[in-house]
Amino acid sequence: MIWIFDIIILVFLVVTALISLQVKDLLSAAMIFGVYSFLMCLLWSGMGAVDVAFTEAAVGAGVSAVFLISTVLRTKRRSSD
Amino acid sequence: MKILGFIAVIITGILLLQAERDFPDWGDPASPANNYRLSQHYITQTFTETTVPNMVTAVLADYRGYDTMFETVVIFTAGIAIIGILRVFGSSSQLEHKEPTLTAKKPDLIVDTTCRLLIPIIQLFALYVVAHGHHSPGGGFQGGVIFGASFILLALARNLQTAQKWLPESRVLTLAGAGIFIYAGFGVAALVLGGDFLDYGILTKLLPGGVEDARSHSMLGVEIGVAFTVTAIMFSIYSNLASNGKMKEGI
Repeated sequence: MIWIFDIIILVFLVVTALISLQVKDLLSAAMIFGVYSFLMCLLWSGMGAVDVAFTEAAVGAGVSAVFLISTVLRTKRRSSD
Repeated sequence: MKILGFIAVIITGILLLQAERDFPDWGDPASPANNYRLSQHYITQTFTETTVPNMVTAVLADYRGYDTMFETVVIFTAGIAIIGILRVFGSSSQLEHKEPTLTAKKPDLIVDTTCRLLIPIIQLFALYVVAHGHHSPGGGFQGGVIFGASFILLALARNLQTAQKWLPESRVLTLAGAGIFIYAGFGVAALVLGGDFLDYGILTKLLPGGVEDARSHSMLGVEIGVAFTVTAIMFSIYSNLASNGKMKEGI
């Protein structure tokens, strides 16, 4: 794998992880968590673990983001802490 | 308390970075994980023993079939637990509160047309992922999730009732149970024919081809069972979460 891509993805991974923890709006936190999963999927596929990348893309970035969003819409949209 | 947590995170980070130096290089053929004779056996013998090129699926569905069966049971149990917690039967007025209005009531032309075009393709791709899972990346879990996601997309684009026309609640539970039944059925069939539980080689008496082909075909059957359960449970979780357990008006 080209190491520059590796560095870019890892930096964005840390950035999205921090943002999804820090942001007050829970809907955008859920969306950014989906972005995190997708970057993770890119990393897995870069390492040749295609099966894991596939699962991460389908479950992490796809379905669990939908589950989180539908949960957020049933509670408060703003985080209180 | 926040300072304490910060210190704990820093110390753990330093320890992890220290330990990282002892790791073998990425993809190192001499690393302990690759040198162990069991993994050597999987890497070199999978194709001759099962005629399955994708050794990840072979390990998951054949060599470690017992693990995967109970992983499917875990998903089933999670779905049942979510139904048990969220599902509301009848109309109880104290649980009523304002329904969130994310979408307009009238179906949007662009959204509707896009979903009409996309959903068949998504479902076809999901079937491909399940059916081709032992030859290329994929398998029952991924295919099931994609198939369930196509119904979730239908529920998001139209409403929950439209999706429930295809997957009503009773059918969801039947499908989820049938998946595990298929998986365990392969194990019991092997047991009845005189082999061990989930020992697919003995199923050559029932399936066409030799012992290797029987293992390959049994893997496909087992993956189909997993896909049934995962599809049903994914849609069930979504519909319970989205409609607050009332199964009437989703998001």
